[in-house]
Order: sequence, then C-alpha cells, then structure tokens
Amino acid sequence: MNFDKEFDASGLACPLPIVKTKKSLVDMASGQVLKVVATDPGSVCDMAAFAEQTGHALLQQTEEGGKYVFFLKKA
Amino acid sequence: MATKKMAIIATKGALDMAYPPLILASTAAALGWEVQIFFTFYGLQLLRKDLSGIAISPLANPAMPMPVPMPVIVQMLPGMEAMATSMMKAKMKKKGVASLTELRELCQEAEVKFIACQMTVDLFEFSKDDFIDGIEYGGAATFMKFAGETDVCLFI
Repeated sequence: MNFDKEFDASGLACPLPIVKTKKSLVDMASGQVLKVVATDPGSVCDMAAFAEQTGHALLQQTEEGGKYVFFLKKA
Repeated sequence: MATKKMAIIATKGALDMAYPPLILASTAAALGWEVQIFFTFYGLQLLRKDLSGIAISPLANPAMPMPVPMPVIVQMLPGMEAMATSMMKAKMKKKGVASLTELRELCQEAEVKFIACQMTVDLFEFSKDDFIDGIEYGGAATFMKFAGETDVCLFI
C-alpha cells in the first residue's frame, strides 16, 4: 500500500505507539496515509480504538513475524 | 463531536503509581481529549524538575514481582529500595516503557493542564522553584470546576 510517511514504533510500549502516532500525524495533510510499524501486541486494539475516536481511517492492519503494520489515513 | 474531558487526581509519588496518571493523560490528549491532572499530597513529587528521586519499594508491596522470593526482613535492609528501583527502571527501559520525564513532557506538549494543590505545597513546605514551569496552583474548588464537566474522572 502507498503511504506518505512512516513511523517506526518498534520496541516502544504503551502508550508511546499511540501518543507518537498522533504526533506523527500532526504535520500531515488530510487524506495522506501514515504507515506505523509496532511490536507492542497491545497496539492492535489500541490503534483501532485510536482510529475510531479520532476519525482517522484505519485502512489496513497486518501482522508479520511479530511486527504489526498499520496504515492510517488522516481525517 | 464535542471534545471529551478527563480529570485525574494524582495522589501517589511512588514509581509504580506515578505511571497511570501520566499514561492515561498523554493517551487521552492524543485522542483529542481535554485533560487536567490535579496533583496533591505525594502526587506533587511528580511535578519536581528532577524525577530521579521517584522510587519503588518491595516493602509492603507483596504483589510486586521479584526475581527471587525475598523475606520481608530482607526487604527492610538499607539499600533494598534503591536496588529495587534501579532494577525496575532497567526493566522498564529494556521493555520500551517511557521514562516518567518523557511521559510528562508528552503530556505538556499535548497541553494537558497540571494543577498543583496549593494546600499540600504549603503543608510540605515545598518550594515552587523545585517544580516544573507551566503549572497552575489551586485548590479543591479549582479541580471541581473542571471535574464537574468531565466524561471521565479518576482518583489515583
């Protein structure tokens, strides 16, 4: 999937993946896509909850070899 | 969608109890919530410029996981609290848990409002010079004004 910016949250524990994802989105334009890579298993539920509450669209999420990859489209 | 609001009363100054207010506040702020934390009694320690004195003790903390079982009489020995604190901090760093200073900075960047309880500042004779900048000083009425409008209100 195409994306405009990537944020690597590997090795970070709650709440950093979410708090720093929010920070990564700040300087992006509406409609742009942010790719987030995380290793915290809790980020699977958290990212969905973050998207739901902020209005950003969680386009896709996958898991591969202990890495969780999310694509968020900025609202 | 109206902005959601959360108010937290932070009353504890031990390492383990310092995390929940700052984790919840930084997360809620990231979700676009308006957040205030009212620091009172030992919670005031979390407003110090230097947080290196925040410690954890295995004593009277029977649920704390220990690498080896430790009798209470041993936990009372000099240096045990410092050892437990440095072990906990090392473990947190290894697991990617933010430091208290980093979490507090993230809260302030996200405009979480910090209010120090004036009564307990005076009670403990703390100097405002020891506290970080950008905080307000107030009392219970200040807290209630905001707390009364919140969606989530927690005492920690």
